[in-house]
Amino acid sequence: LELTKDEEKSLNGEHGEALQTAYRILSATGEATDAEKLVPIHWAHVSGVNYNTIGDAGEEFLATLSKSAKFKVRTTVNPMGYDKDSVEKFDLDENFIQKQESIRESYKKMGAIPTFSCIPYELYDMPREGTQVSFAESNAAIYANSIGKLKTNKESAFSALASAITGKSPYSDLRKDDYPTMSIAMKVSEPNELTFGLLGYFAGKVADKSVAISGVKNMDKRCNKSMCASMGTSGSCGKFVLDDNSNASEKVDFDEDELQKVYDELNTAESGDMITLGSPQLGLEEMTDLAAMLNGRAFKKRCLIFCPRAIQDQARSLGYVGQLESAGCELMSDCCTCLTPLVTKKDADSVTTNSIKGAYYMKNSNGLDVNLKSLSDIVRDETS
Amino acid sequence: LTKKTIVKGSVTGKVLKSNQPINFLGAIDKKTGSITDQKHDLSGKSIKDSILLFPHGIGSSVGAYTIYSLKSNNAAPLAMACQKIDLTVASGCALANIPLFVLSSNEYDSIKDGDEISLG
Repeated sequence: LELTKDEEKSLNGEHGEALQTAYRILSATGEATDAEKLVPIHWAHVSGVNYNTIGDAGEEFLATLSKSAKFKVRTTVNPMGYDKDSVEKFDLDENFIQKQESIRESYKKMGAIPTFSCIPYELYDMPREGTQVSFAESNAAIYANSIGKLKTNKESAFSALASAITGKSPYSDLRKDDYPTMSIAMKVSEPNELTFGLLGYFAGKVADKSVAISGVKNMDKRCNKSMCASMGTSGSCGKFVLDDNSNASEKVDFDEDELQKVYDELNTAESGDMITLGSPQLGLEEMTDLAAMLNGRAFKKRCLIFCPRAIQDQARSLGYVGQLESAGCELMSDCCTCLTPLVTKKDADSVTTNSIKGAYYMKNSNGLDVNLKSLSDIVRDETS
Repeated sequence: LTKKTIVKGSVTGKVLKSNQPINFLGAIDKKTGSITDQKHDLSGKSIKDSILLFPHGIGSSVGAYTIYSLKSNNAAPLAMACQKIDLTVASGCALANIPLFVLSSNEYDSIKDGDEISLG
């Protein structure tokens, strides 16, 4: 990795501690990915906002950093631990709220836009094709590269933070026009978003940096988001391309057997005590879809829907929130299904969801069993 | 011994070796260093004060904070060594100042769980 004289000075601490920390991170990530230089980026999306995931050490680090650091480019932030508007409905202790507020304050001080969303790609018009960005939050990075036609590394919380502070990122493989060396043939017919989630989880496990997928047409937004999120959960792969004529050297099949294996790994319950939708958070299209699918039916169980604040406001003014609330849904913003402290063993033993990413973290971090179903099956089975 | 140094440092210690990738966010207790993922081959073991060998990191970008927290909670490995490095592990180790190395596959295969080794 070759740094410019100015970058070198920053790394040596001549421009203050915040920049030194940022360049220390970029040097390590640059070395790790064999990048030859740093390049300017035009949008950073940082993760590491939820007190539930970053803890006391993270909170203290951000409080210290925010005394001197300022974000240099547009910076959006991932979900935090709760919805500020409904926090009193949940049994969260004072310490949690106080620490979460400190984290929110630190990001604000550094200049973040308070989006608290894991789907920044649905909140803004996408920049011009090929624009370099730095997205942490694995679903957003994979979405940006694969569907948004942007270029980003599969950034970490710290590397995206360093990009926000410096406006730069290592020029690693995913930022170049490289082509996947592995191709996966999709052999499962009539796939829905759950199928694509299972495919993504499989792809993340077998593929390296990027992957080609054949035999797939007409993925809608729900399918795309599901696949991006699950791919980001299981592996280090940061991009997929749909290509039926790939000349990738390595080829593998994703058939019914593979699908069943992944399903059996993640589905641990026959049914759920409650339903959670939105990992990644739902966008406007999915909210209107769900309202149409419900068509007057109501959930027989508690159903939490996670969506960005901006989308909830928009959906409310269009009348969809009213329809969803009439169907018994509770809308939550600023937070997300996965890693929320709002759904724990105290609330339920198991949850039903259509999200593979949600399933992974519900099981491994929150300790709940998971019943996986597609959205249309959830509406069929869980409403009347 | 190492193919490449990502975060500098020299350590001697006992190897804890895994054949499975690690999702630092979902699979490790950041207060104790215990592997909580029941499906992981290190399940129930603690990575504290070990030289942790694993193929590579996977999953959440927030895993970098877990690595930083492990260090703050005195539950971090002495060093980590992988076959390939992802940005989460690299940036977490850089901020936490945990020595991090890339090993060639021969080197990786020749080191066994429980070996006393020096790196760096």
